[in-house]
Amino acid sequence: MVPLWWYIVLGVVLFVIGAAGVLLRRNILVVLMSLELLLNSVNINFIAFGHYYDDYRGQIFAIFVIAITAAEVAVALGILVALARNKSTLKVDEVTMMKG
Amino acid sequence: MDQGFFLLFAAASVVAALTLVLARNPVHSALALMACFLQVSAIFVLLEAPLLAVIQIFVYVGAIMVLFLFVIMMIDVREAVLQRFLPGSNLPVLVLLVLLGVEMLVLVLRSDRFSVAEPVAMRTGGEVRQLSTTLFADYLLPFEVASVILLAALIGAIVLARKEPR
Repeated sequence: MVPLWWYIVLGVVLFVIGAAGVLLRRNILVVLMSLELLLNSVNINFIAFGHYYDDYRGQIFAIFVIAITAAEVAVALGILVALARNKSTLKVDEVTMMKG
Repeated sequence: MDQGFFLLFAAASVVAALTLVLARNPVHSALALMACFLQVSAIFVLLEAPLLAVIQIFVYVGAIMVLFLFVIMMIDVREAVLQRFLPGSNLPVLVLLVLLGVEMLVLVLRSDRFSVAEPVAMRTGGEVRQLSTTLFADYLLPFEVASVILLAALIGAIVLARKEPR
């Protein structure tokens, strides 16, 4: 059997890579995709703990995370389309409309 | 056997995640993320959560990534290809990320709570039945709230992406 900490370490690695994408990339689309990666690495942890401690709540929380992620992506891409139509830029550092 | 499969899927998912962050073209990033999600769903199968693996493929690979690719097709991404990373010095961010990763690894590896080698109890079939009983009996209210959130997001996305009537 695979020990539990292997799964946790995989979650940590994917989380750090996703955080690097969120903090470093300039393209808003890639930032959103890295956000998906972050949420997915958290799901790995939920399901690993649920499996090793024989608790179904891990899987249920993962289902909720997936559902809320779908809602988040729909709204984020809607905002992105509106942004590209009004401002025609996809660079994170050029979207400063709310700065005042 | 299990360990070999886990190492294979984990290595493939990490490589795909690195490709996602480092690729120049957003389309390549989207395809790498798709590959990463497939590996993660294989890891869910290793964790004896086949329902979650199928949901992962349906929702993430089937719906969310197709949405991403549609938006990439709608928006001109050629100007974004030129510069991958934020301008200016990225050193503080890198230091922060390394600190975050080292902190989590130290916490995980030094604690004996994560060293469980075997699952507490082996499951005896009927897993989806038990899962759905828990979901629809104990977590019915959160389930309904999630459906309302999805409906609100649906309407919000339509309103946001619509052209304003002149």
